[in-house]
Amino acid sequence: MKTTTRVAKVSAATCTAFTLLLTSCIYNRQSAIDPAGPQSGRIDTLWWSFFWLLGAIFLIVMVLTAMTLTRQHRGFEQEPLEALHKASEKTEARLRSVITGATIVSIVILFVLIVASTVTGKANSELQNKKNPLTIQVTGTQWWWQIEYKMGDPTRSLVTANEIHIPVGRPIQIRGASNDVIHSFWVPNLNGKRDLIPSRITTEWLEADHPGAYRGQCAEFCGLQHAHMALWVIAEPEDKFNAWLEAQLQPAASPRTPEEIKGEQVFMNHACIYCHAIEGTPAAGQSGPDLTHFGSRRGIAANTLPNTMGNLAGWILDPQTIKPGNHMATIEVSSGDLQPLLEYLESLK
Amino acid sequence: MRASQDIYPQSVDVERDVEQLRNSWRHPRGVLGWLSFTTHQAIGTRYIVTAFIMLLAGGIEALMIRTQLMRANNGYLGPERYNQIFTTHGTTMMFLFAVPVMEGMAIYLVPLMCGTRNVAFPRLNAFGYWMYLFGVLFLYWGVFTNTAPDVGWFAYPPLSGPQYTPGKSTDFWAQMITFTEVSALCVAAEIIATISKMRAPGMSLNRMPLYIWSILIQSWMIIFAMPAIVLASSYLLSDRTVGTHFVNPAEGGDPLLYQHIFWFFGHPEVYIIFIPALGFVSAIVVAHARREIVGYTAMVLAQIANGFIAFGLWVHHMFATDLPQIGEAYFTASSMMIAVTSGVQIFCWIATLWSGRPRMTTALHFVYGFIAIFVLGGLTGVMLAAVPLDLQAHDTYFVVAHFHYVLIGGALFPLFGAFYHWHPKFTGRLMNETLGRANFWVLFAGFNLTFFPMHILGLKGMPRRIYTYPPGMGWDGLNLLATVGAWIIAAGGILFIVNFLWSRKNGEVAGNNPWDADSLEWAASSPPANYNFEYLPAVTSRYPLWAPREQRGVVTGLATDRREALVTTLMDAEPHHRYILPGSSIWPLISAICVTIGFAGSVFNGWYITWGAIISGLAFIGWFWPKRPLEPAHD
Repeated sequence: MKTTTRVAKVSAATCTAFTLLLTSCIYNRQSAIDPAGPQSGRIDTLWWSFFWLLGAIFLIVMVLTAMTLTRQHRGFEQEPLEALHKASEKTEARLRSVITGATIVSIVILFVLIVASTVTGKANSELQNKKNPLTIQVTGTQWWWQIEYKMGDPTRSLVTANEIHIPVGRPIQIRGASNDVIHSFWVPNLNGKRDLIPSRITTEWLEADHPGAYRGQCAEFCGLQHAHMALWVIAEPEDKFNAWLEAQLQPAASPRTPEEIKGEQVFMNHACIYCHAIEGTPAAGQSGPDLTHFGSRRGIAANTLPNTMGNLAGWILDPQTIKPGNHMATIEVSSGDLQPLLEYLESLK
Repeated sequence: MRASQDIYPQSVDVERDVEQLRNSWRHPRGVLGWLSFTTHQAIGTRYIVTAFIMLLAGGIEALMIRTQLMRANNGYLGPERYNQIFTTHGTTMMFLFAVPVMEGMAIYLVPLMCGTRNVAFPRLNAFGYWMYLFGVLFLYWGVFTNTAPDVGWFAYPPLSGPQYTPGKSTDFWAQMITFTEVSALCVAAEIIATISKMRAPGMSLNRMPLYIWSILIQSWMIIFAMPAIVLASSYLLSDRTVGTHFVNPAEGGDPLLYQHIFWFFGHPEVYIIFIPALGFVSAIVVAHARREIVGYTAMVLAQIANGFIAFGLWVHHMFATDLPQIGEAYFTASSMMIAVTSGVQIFCWIATLWSGRPRMTTALHFVYGFIAIFVLGGLTGVMLAAVPLDLQAHDTYFVVAHFHYVLIGGALFPLFGAFYHWHPKFTGRLMNETLGRANFWVLFAGFNLTFFPMHILGLKGMPRRIYTYPPGMGWDGLNLLATVGAWIIAAGGILFIVNFLWSRKNGEVAGNNPWDADSLEWAASSPPANYNFEYLPAVTSRYPLWAPREQRGVVTGLATDRREALVTTLMDAEPHHRYILPGSSIWPLISAICVTIGFAGSVFNGWYITWGAIISGLAFIGWFWPKRPLEPAHD
């Protein structure tokens, strides 16, 4: 037990260091105003038009409001305001017509904004008519994402977790579902959000117009670990994407080194297999993320931590400290078994 | 020193009448007596004080939230505690502070501004207050026994359902809603009755002060909105307690149905909070710019339109749920219409200030602060009405910024202004103006420092309701800024409390009408006597206290040896008949205790509904037990 505590401490330290190192590049990878696709691009344009137009209106209203302060005595000097508590009929009529004018102007502006908003929404919905779409089902689960690639050929369908790879320039249909409570799929650099609602299928279309890694995060409050439910969308050129897809379609790599072979046995002999599946092995649990190609993914625990051996050790030994309340069981792994298990899991590229 | 004595007719015996009024409106003594008060000043004050304590509680919760989010991966609050705190913060601010404080102000002010002696149903009024108080105690009983709700103030199923949130916390939340529903409906009914039938003779609808209009519209909105939340919380509660599966998708229920019903209430709820606040603004602008409002009719029509449109835009809370595009376009348009009706009111206030002679009191400072903040919040609201923008901003800190701009800017700033404005009426003393201005500027600076950065945080992808966030997202600096701002707001709040306490003893004595304001409450003494007016005022214009002396009059001939008031007609406020208001009574408290036993107990055991109904029934029988009719007035 003492060794495990030490390992946990060491891994906690490495985890912090790695987190700092790796996450320093996340900046702007989860931003609504740094578009990486046509959908988010149109929304970005709409946002800035709203921003400048409404910003100008705000400034005008503020200037007029401030000017009421500088006019303190004029109204009084010109008209017997203090006695009657109102201005002359002429002034009153003039004020009323100014208000009417301002109201008409605001109606016109709002009409323009409604049209702009509807046109943008319509343009964004056109993506579903584009040829050769790729359908990916995203199922929200407390607190991770199950990702399924729905291919025409069912033998080429694929299940993974917390990381979506997409080809650049191809329309992607996200079919949203949920296993438990309401979640919301949101990758702001690519498109707005879509709720994942149990008993329903929702749809969202997106497309990346240049390669990159875009972060997303659950946007509908879903319980204790709502904060730690992130995913990556990795947009790649078509050929790179196809290579990735082919690799993912393979069953898990067989362990090669003695350590890895021992690690596989550790995995199969522990409770891990009740929840996790590794294709090509007896492990076929369904309630946790599929681990067939775990070693190729960027993060662990729905991208709570970057995928490093140190973080993985910390996560396996004490998941409830890293992500309190999550559904991963704490499993007793002896100190001799831990390193082989880590090596095995990380070998699942 | 008596109010407006110079306009009393020669024939009345003022000394005798005042003596008799004092006797018939005297409060009973002792603790039991104190619990039996039914005068609107006492009940209104109790509402306001309780609500301000809730503001303090909600504020402390807000500080805990901000402290947790001060830096990345902060360990001050764990996820469980954080979820409890943000849920309790939202619930407290919406249900236990904002609506009740507006009701409390209305209960205090409406009879005074309408020129009558009490609200139409004084005992119902007391009952409503006790129900509200017990709702407060009920929720905080849960909070202090670690059963605080933790599923958000909206409690979406299935997360709030029995499967994902076992235990009693959500039942406490849903049943607390029941308490506030009962209380809000009681107040709405009596405000509507008071305004409709007890206005001073001559105060026809088109002479009603704009504040009275706003609170009348708000009360009607409560009557139409509250049944929706009754339905939503009952669905949830019965799903949880007896397995009805109304909104449980695992058993064929529909979680979206709950969202529709909740927001059919939830959106008007926001307007229920800020429409009375717009009434405060109108009252303050008129009194402190010393000028009639520009565009009275436009103001009234805009407020009425607001009240209607408020019920037609709830779906903008649900744009992300994948509804058909054509329906969404309708809700975009209706949401943006609010900008027109609110815009009209802003234009009217600016025109009034423009052509008036504004006196830069603290109250008017808060109005200027309100205009700046509320206009910004309204414009971000226009952005959120556009579906594509909403899909990005929904459930992010952009929305958090938006609704704090409209609710703090649109309701809290006017409320503080109103407090500075009416404090001399409530207590007889003015609040300190120097401290008041410091109070305003600290709050204004703190508010913008806290909430402006949240717009940017939302655009940079920070979702709401996360208890922590990793470093390197570009959120750290802005969050720290917001936390510093929150502590500055707290300092502003302390300045307000200091000023309030200081003014109780040392404030300048106000007299009846320190601002030379226009409406009838300023004709009563400060603080008003239990009977408000020695002789009920009669009204010949929209601004009765600004009318020339020869046009002002009072009603004589009402009995003073009992609690008698005048009932007038709905449209023109012509005297109709006399009405004897009930006096002090302990029965509202007893009834409220019995109902509370039923409500609170049913969370633990269904049989309490039966026992609660029986003892409540007995209490109501006691309350309404026929009394011997009073002697006819001897005049």
